[in-house]
Amino acid sequence: MSTPLVIVITVFVLSLLVGFEVISKVPPTLHTPLMSGANAVHGVVVIGALLVAAVADNLVGYLLAFAAVAFGAANVVGGYVVTDRMLHMFRARPRATGRREG
Amino acid sequence: MDIETTVAYLYLAAAACFVIGLHLMNNPATARRGNLLSGGAMAVAVAATVALLISWGTVTTTAWLVIVAGAATGSAAGVYAARRVQMTAMPQLVSLFNAVGGGAAALLAAAHLLPEVAPGARLTVPGALDLLIGTVAFTGSLVAAGKLQGWVPGRPITYRGARVVPLVLAAGFVAGALWLVLAPDRLAGLLLLIAAAAAFGVAMVLPIGGADMPVVISALNAATGLAVALAGFVLDELVLVIAGALVGASGSILTKLMAEAMNRSVLRIMLGGFGTGDGEGAAGAGPGAQVRTVSAEDVAIQLAYADRVVIVPGYGLAAAQAQHEVAALAALLEERGVNVTYAVHPVAGRMPGHMNVLLAEADVPYPQLRDLEQANPEFPQADVALVVGANDVTNPAARRPGTPVSGMPILDVDRARSVVVIKRSMGQGYAGIDNELYTDPRTGMLFADAKQALTDLVASVRAFVR
Repeated sequence: MSTPLVIVITVFVLSLLVGFEVISKVPPTLHTPLMSGANAVHGVVVIGALLVAAVADNLVGYLLAFAAVAFGAANVVGGYVVTDRMLHMFRARPRATGRREG
Repeated sequence: MDIETTVAYLYLAAAACFVIGLHLMNNPATARRGNLLSGGAMAVAVAATVALLISWGTVTTTAWLVIVAGAATGSAAGVYAARRVQMTAMPQLVSLFNAVGGGAAALLAAAHLLPEVAPGARLTVPGALDLLIGTVAFTGSLVAAGKLQGWVPGRPITYRGARVVPLVLAAGFVAGALWLVLAPDRLAGLLLLIAAAAAFGVAMVLPIGGADMPVVISALNAATGLAVALAGFVLDELVLVIAGALVGASGSILTKLMAEAMNRSVLRIMLGGFGTGDGEGAAGAGPGAQVRTVSAEDVAIQLAYADRVVIVPGYGLAAAQAQHEVAALAALLEERGVNVTYAVHPVAGRMPGHMNVLLAEADVPYPQLRDLEQANPEFPQADVALVVGANDVTNPAARRPGTPVSGMPILDVDRARSVVVIKRSMGQGYAGIDNELYTDPRTGMLFADAKQALTDLVASVRAFVR
């Protein structure tokens, strides 16, 4: 029924390697947005929270599920919104026209 | 194709988009698109999950209410915080979002390891680790955010037994984890694990100084990634495993880069207590060394008649929220035909790249920004290096062995033809030593708050220079 452990571990290890490879190329300029963006990606935990909430059937379960869904949603929604707000400000030219960069 | 398989393929597509999104963040020109791609993929994955739950047809009305209420509460809080936060407070907010992510991962594990579930080792081992790491990330990130916001004192907090308490707590959570794995139906083991891990997170971060918080937040970000990956093991959801591992890798790389930029080891930062100012031994200039003080008018004339000016923004600029003033000064100088660039040290501001965000907010075009490797060859051609609230990252003592900053990569500010330092006092930087740059004969010191000084400079350039 469940995925064999070795498959899950394989996926885990390969994902780690992909992460190192993709991220080690990001210039320092973008480290803060990257940290924020990566922070938003682990908001995927909200999917886990939904799955747990769906099978909750007692008060403790409901409370844990509510907190998990709320935390996960705050992480994922806030994370993407704030990263976009930061990146929106990165631009090659100033908004006001007439000034040229040397 | 049944809905379970369809959802699995959608998860795979989302995971691929997370990787591509992070890859697009390599370049300022594509970074925003990358984040939007990643966010769009996340929305698809969440929608697919909801569709899956509906297709089950077994989810109770109460559970749906819990889901809707939780999602609405969390999303509203997240959007509100993300929209309202000041750019200077960004590190705290990232830390808070990280805290709730870690908390969510820990809660999942707790829900799965509740006594009546009594799962086997296939679930309890990753579950216990998820609970442990997620809880440490939760309380640790809260303390880190509190330190940056000033709710918790930023200085390293040490006390008798500060080295022993974390060890005792570590023993507590190891015992709790073993208990949980060996006897999964014991609630006591679960509670011991949670309590010890929560206290450990606090005890780990309290002794670390406020200036090291970015490294701590980055490490805790990686920890949350791992916790989410472990939650994927518990729930048998590969998309959590992939995304969590990606973040675990990114957080680790960032942590290492930041620690390297400060010439510290991650281990030493985590052990804490640095910057308490005890017995660092004054290196460099003695107390008799002369400092040349300059006025805003002097500096304005010097800047206005320069060909090339390099601005070195530092923590003091971020603390004074003077990014708009520095951008106004640069724009004014550019109008006069002065070539202005910014030399940004990797750890300027409060975390790597934070200064770039602040300058971007102030509408500084990113082609004007130079990182360490690009900036240093340009200093010898600069007529004026204008240092705004940066200290240790400009100290030439770093080139000699035997000082606390030795070996730290610095900006070669002292190689410019002349140097102006805007600073509130002769106070020492984080490393606790005097900066030899300040006593260099070519350096003029403008003692003032960064925001006030830059406002004065703009006024002086306008008033005195036609």
